[in-house]
Amino acid sequence: MSALSVSIQAEDFDIGQEHQALRAQDERVGAVCSFLGTVRSQSDGQSVSAMALEHYPGMTEKSIMAMLNQAQDKFDIYAARVIHRIGDLMPGDQIVWVGVTSAHRGQSFQACEFLIDYLKTQAPFWKKEQTPSGARWVDARVSDDDALSRWGIQVPRQAI
Amino acid sequence: MKIHLRYFASVREVIGKGQESVQTQATHVGELRKELMAISPQHAEALARHKAVRAALNQVACAEDAPLSDGDEVAFFPPVTGG
Repeated sequence: MSALSVSIQAEDFDIGQEHQALRAQDERVGAVCSFLGTVRSQSDGQSVSAMALEHYPGMTEKSIMAMLNQAQDKFDIYAARVIHRIGDLMPGDQIVWVGVTSAHRGQSFQACEFLIDYLKTQAPFWKKEQTPSGARWVDARVSDDDALSRWGIQVPRQAI
Repeated sequence: MKIHLRYFASVREVIGKGQESVQTQATHVGELRKELMAISPQHAEALARHKAVRAALNQVACAEDAPLSDGDEVAFFPPVTGG
């Protein structure tokens, strides 16, 4: 596996295996940081019984590779990988995993946070939740744009 | 010129299809959006000015003034909510 990789998949993934693979055969690595996002059973005061994730095949992969390249330019890291699931998910399911390796913890902590902040506001995925009052598309959060602005990246509130 | 359109999430649901092709003289993405709104009441609702609609040109996020060329792929969708 190359140093930077992305996988968009319906299947679940094994975090332990991903951690191992990310630092395999690289003895320069002294730190592995990762983030796991999971499906919550509550959202905006309503219970969520299931979730469907839609994406833009092609653009999704390209935009995440662009984020990974930016992270590699910005931080002193060795490897980084993003896994994002699509399709039908249930509360408790794993949705997204970001893993980064570096020599010391600071750079991989920062790169990991940068990647998930960037992904949440820029990668074309859309969540639809099943609630007792019907299915609804999840609204984008302004706080996610604010999180990205910490990295010096300003997101237009309305692109067009 | 011919433009290939892609719609996602709520925009796709309101318009009732995920893709279509149009012949247009629009010079940029904002002008194309305005033209599309005339196709049907569903297009008008999905792409209405007051809606937070994002766009991508050839699979890269773009602004309203992004210039169009024959054969381009243009996508319209709501703000993203992954992660």
